[in-house]
Amino acid sequence: MNDKQPETNEKASSNEAIIEIIDMHKWFGEFHVLNNINLTVQKQERIVICGPSGSGKSTLIRCINRLEEHQRGRIIVDGIELTNDIKNIEKIRMEVGMVFQHFNLFPHLTIVENLALGPIWVRKVPKKEAEETAMHYLEKVHIAEQAKKYPGQLSGGQQQRVAIARSLCMKPNVMLFDEPTSALDPEMVKEVLDVMISLASEGMTMIVVSHEMGFAKSVAHRVLFMDFGRIVEENTPVEFFENPQHERTKLFLSQILH
Amino acid sequence: MNEDYRTTESEKLKPPVTSVGVIGWLKGNLFNSWFNSVLTIVTLYFLWITVPSFIRWAFVDSLWISTGAECHQAGGACWSIIPANIRFILFGFFPYESQWRPLLAMILLVGLLYYSQNRNHWKKSLAYAWILGLFIMGLLMKGGLFGLDSVESTQWGGLPLTLLLSVFGLTAAYPLGVVLALGRQSKMPAIKTVCVIYIELIRGVPLITLLFMSSVVFPLFLPEGITVNKILRAQAAIILFTAAYIAEVVRGGLQGMSKGQYEAAESLGLNYHQTMRLVILPQALKIVIPPTVSILISAFKDTSLVVIIALYDILKTTQSVLSDPKWMGFSAEAYIFIALIYFVCCFSMSNYSRRLEKELDRSL
Ligand SMILES: Nc1ncnc2c1ncn2[C@@H]1O[C@H](COP(=O)(O)OP(=O)(O)O)[C@@H](O)[C@H]1O
Ligand SMILES: [Mg+2]
Repeated sequence: MNDKQPETNEKASSNEAIIEIIDMHKWFGEFHVLNNINLTVQKQERIVICGPSGSGKSTLIRCINRLEEHQRGRIIVDGIELTNDIKNIEKIRMEVGMVFQHFNLFPHLTIVENLALGPIWVRKVPKKEAEETAMHYLEKVHIAEQAKKYPGQLSGGQQQRVAIARSLCMKPNVMLFDEPTSALDPEMVKEVLDVMISLASEGMTMIVVSHEMGFAKSVAHRVLFMDFGRIVEENTPVEFFENPQHERTKLFLSQILH
Repeated sequence: MNEDYRTTESEKLKPPVTSVGVIGWLKGNLFNSWFNSVLTIVTLYFLWITVPSFIRWAFVDSLWISTGAECHQAGGACWSIIPANIRFILFGFFPYESQWRPLLAMILLVGLLYYSQNRNHWKKSLAYAWILGLFIMGLLMKGGLFGLDSVESTQWGGLPLTLLLSVFGLTAAYPLGVVLALGRQSKMPAIKTVCVIYIELIRGVPLITLLFMSSVVFPLFLPEGITVNKILRAQAAIILFTAAYIAEVVRGGLQGMSKGQYEAAESLGLNYHQTMRLVILPQALKIVIPPTVSILISAFKDTSLVVIIALYDILKTTQSVLSDPKWMGFSAEAYIFIALIYFVCCFSMSNYSRRLEKELDRSL
């Protein structure tokens, strides 16, 4: 569905791991939501995660920036291991940007204030400089003219692009997307995917939870399929969609295709 | 084409004559059912028998400048009680020849409050203006410097005392309440427990009890020779009391915040304090402006309860005037005057809150 093909899905250019998840488990009470997750993400690699609702996709990427705490195994981001040490958590959050399904912009701040907030308070950038950076990224997501408006005055697609720009302002090394287009009206999906595709073409490391097959095909290096808290299958997009190995993957694909 | 269609449609649908104009309004609002018609007629009858006689009492047969004796002869309202005693009502036992000082202090306070209403003025300089203003007000009230006679705080009374108790009571109670609300949400059990116990204890007792405790019980615990100013103790009781209520209102606002707002702030790397101060509180406090103002207004009125610990706030000074044989029997007039003062203060508060809400509303 996306005509823009920024680059072919060849292997990520470097093979330096930026995220390492080793034998990771998580429970919500008795419920084993993530079961033996092993995943290594190279710098500049782009991964799409799909799977049925409730399979643990959101929980997995939320563990990477400690919005959820894992209980067993290790998560290492950019050489820093996630532990209870609050300093490490803050460092990792500065490196990892996150885009949510429901945008979660700050409704009491203007668009440009939304973008400048993180840099000013976390990276201690002077206000003026932070606002210049904010404008730069707003232009990148084609929304600079809305800078002085409030989030409530923007459409869903515009809000999601602002949310992406807000994360980028922190100059992250990794971007996590949790179903960034699934709360959008169909006609707005493309404008958000286009922004993500251009981000991909600049070599951003991305982990995207999404069922947008066109996006996965044109951008991802690898597609992971999750079910019941496990990574059931992983493959290149072409192989994944055309030649799925597991029964559950086949079933799932047949469901989202029709 | 679409436009044409709309205009013709709206021309066709003009409202029927009986639903517009005075008659339409009367019919729609006052006589739209037999029950409402009866209510309207009964109400009109009561107005008919009360309003004219009140107007005669208050404005026709009334005396505005006279002695108490003349008033006792006349049949109407004796407003003279106000001008004749205004200085005692407003300033209580503050030394007569120095009463310009509390007057000036009040003008300064009201001026500062008025200036601070405008959010464009909320800058650092305003903070300095307040610090300087408070210092000057304190100096005017207390004296003892720059050739001003020293006035003991036991002589403070009337309107300055009411304003002092309420303005500082409310401005201190608000942040304390917010802190308590945050404490009650804390993940640290010790902090949470302390806040819950505090809030529930305070909300479980009436303000009068707290005032009595501050004036009678509290001094018993102090080491001999140390006394804490009575006004200060009453002030503390008012602050502690109001803060507990503010805390519960603010907690409601905090619970109204979506988890997504916390997560967005955290994923940007903001720490707890930054998240609260920059993202959560501005929104939560805005949501709860209306109930917060209700609490502040009732706290303002509750400051009159300090009469029971023998502080001469404006209500008490008025009552003292009424116990003067010369002016006995004119309590209606005096209380109407006091009610007006309270009304002006409370009405400006709620007016201001509505304006603030509208200003902040643009963003949500
Ligand atoms: N905070 C939580 N407490 C308890 N259970 C949760 C919580 N968050 C998610 N879950 C449960 O964990 C499972 C996985 O959730 P999630 O990761 O959001 O799935 P997905 O994103 O794949 O739809 C679901 O069954 C969900 O109900
Ligand atoms: Mg999810």
